[in-house]
Amino acid sequence: MEKILNWIDARFPLTALWESQWGKYVAPKNFNFWYYFGSLAAFVLVIQIVTGIFLTMNYKPDAAKAFESVEYIMRDVSWGWLIRYMHSTGASMFFVVVYLHMFRALMYGSYRKPRELTWIFGCLIYLCLMGEAFFGYLLPWGQMSYWGAQVIVNLFSAVPVIGEDLSIWIRGDYTISDITLNRFFAFHVIAMPLVLLGIVMAHLMALHETGSNNPDGVEIKKQPKDPATGLPLDGIYSHPYYTVKDLVGVVVFLAVFSVIVFFVPDMGGYFLEANNFIPADPLKTPEHIAPVWYFTPFYAMLRAVPSFLGSQVWGVIVMGVAVVILFFLPWLDRSPVKSIRYRGTLYKAWLAAFVVAFLVLGYLGVVPVTVWGQFADGFPLYAADRATVVARVLTVVYFLFFLLMPWYTAIDRTKPVPDRVTG
Amino acid sequence: MKHAIATLCGALLLGAAAAAAASGGADLRLEPALVNRLDDASLQRGARTFINYCLNCHSAKYMRYNRLTDLGIDLAMVQDNLVFTGRFDPKSPKFEWLPTKVGDTMTIAMQPADAKEWLKVTPPDLSVEARVRGADWLYNYFLGFYRDDSAASGWNNLVFPNVGMPHVLWQSGGVNRLVSTEYEDHEKAQAAAIAARSLVLLAPGKDHKYVVESLVPETPGTLSPTEYKQMVGDLVNFMDYMSEPAKNTRIRLGLVVLLYLGLLFVFAYWLKHEYWKDVH
Repeated sequence: MEKILNWIDARFPLTALWESQWGKYVAPKNFNFWYYFGSLAAFVLVIQIVTGIFLTMNYKPDAAKAFESVEYIMRDVSWGWLIRYMHSTGASMFFVVVYLHMFRALMYGSYRKPRELTWIFGCLIYLCLMGEAFFGYLLPWGQMSYWGAQVIVNLFSAVPVIGEDLSIWIRGDYTISDITLNRFFAFHVIAMPLVLLGIVMAHLMALHETGSNNPDGVEIKKQPKDPATGLPLDGIYSHPYYTVKDLVGVVVFLAVFSVIVFFVPDMGGYFLEANNFIPADPLKTPEHIAPVWYFTPFYAMLRAVPSFLGSQVWGVIVMGVAVVILFFLPWLDRSPVKSIRYRGTLYKAWLAAFVVAFLVLGYLGVVPVTVWGQFADGFPLYAADRATVVARVLTVVYFLFFLLMPWYTAIDRTKPVPDRVTG
Repeated sequence: MKHAIATLCGALLLGAAAAAAASGGADLRLEPALVNRLDDASLQRGARTFINYCLNCHSAKYMRYNRLTDLGIDLAMVQDNLVFTGRFDPKSPKFEWLPTKVGDTMTIAMQPADAKEWLKVTPPDLSVEARVRGADWLYNYFLGFYRDDSAASGWNNLVFPNVGMPHVLWQSGGVNRLVSTEYEDHEKAQAAAIAARSLVLLAPGKDHKYVVESLVPETPGTLSPTEYKQMVGDLVNFMDYMSEPAKNTRIRLGLVVLLYLGLLFVFAYWLKHEYWKDVH
């Protein structure tokens, strides 16, 4: 065994790669619950790729056969239903773990110097994932697949001058059609996953270069070394310590994942929408078109922005900026501390407001704008949809969290950060 | 802090509830469907009803006949009693009749284009209909038919207003008549709707009044109301099964998988605990 390894190492840095990326990677010893979601995201990525390969073996990217081939997988392919449910549940769970992973970064300031590139690669992963999910959602060729794609691609036609041509260029046709399905299939099964895997590798390499942050925001690399082990005082090897810890995380995650896959694969219409069991019909627009839950905060923003100067493009811009603004986070935060544990009330209040805004926007993106009725007589906003007004306010809150950050993080009363991690 | 959050959540919920009540749309009260996915006898009766009554205008083109063996029926029985279709063989000189094979899917003879011309709409394929509508909706839909001379088919439906489909099961279920009662305010209407203890529609009427619509039997069918509900329940049970034939396997397997994961958790946690003794 050792001989084989030496033979390989003389030709390819296998041992060095393993040791730098995981085996001898030194991580802080105080990772808490929130630190499971990185390894879980990687785990879901593997689930999606493996189940995706098997789905591709039976799926037909053809407008006349796509819906049928999915039902064929559900009924006639051995274990096809399991593979399909794992893939559909995996898509939603990917966003669940990624959102929690991103929230962790917000709480503990993991995006701060020197980890800016890790954060940026992470944001790119998120963008890529949104593209991947969007392209994949068209493939079952149900009513929601079709009309969801129609709505999103139509957004591009709001761009001035080139909009109309741009949306035709994306679709390859005047409406969503067989041609669109074929190219979305190509994007979903090869283009996006390829890019995604590349960025995931970059994300991990950048992380393993700077070392991980931790719930205290203490830089363990700056600590004196323990004379016995040669490691920073609060550092431990990832392997075996985090290998066995993340394994527990994977088992618990699998339990949650299995409850959904085996008992509630539709998740009450949030993971698989009822309307998507009707084959796509270009002549019949569904009454209520809503994107899948993970896009709804941004969709709510899009709907909330009124048209201005005779153009709808502002909503599209707001939606785009809402995602792009994440990239600037490392430079917007001026706080002397990283972790929420040592931040003052101002930051905590803003983070709470941001989370509430994001969640409520997510809810409003699922439901019709009439959900809370209209403002009654005598109120200044007479007859306006209550939900739209709330969505507007929350969109402003979402952006203020970022735009005011240089100010409130600078004046916030922070607590002193200890030299050692606390538990 | 906790108290403040709780108060805030409470206020938000109250606001949402008040807004929902004020929006005042039509409110349809459905009866829960009498279905049991493990009741093979019910599923078999449902399959019989489906194939005899539905599978003429509607297809179920993703469902294979031989899949019915899931319900505890053997293949010969399916072939002899449930497969009624076939086609003339265009290749044979005598134009021989080829019965549908037991491994074929449940298709129908009517072409979608013809259906459109004859019936104005193409009756949808029903393979996955239960996943679109839900069992409760379907159950009430079959109970919701009433006589309406203004409709082209002579029938209308409380659950699906102006539906194109006639009441195919009328001989069994009998003929219902629609009864509308007007109430002064929403509360009285709601009380009446609840008291009806069956399928009712509560909708805003003219002059700020509320209308409660329900059905009363006019001519009895060959089955009693209870028997008819059982028949419809069986049919919906079958349609629910057909929309996802793997459902029973899925749920059964899920329990085994969770048990396995529970066991794996014990070992994984133990492993972690042992290794982390060095760290703590």
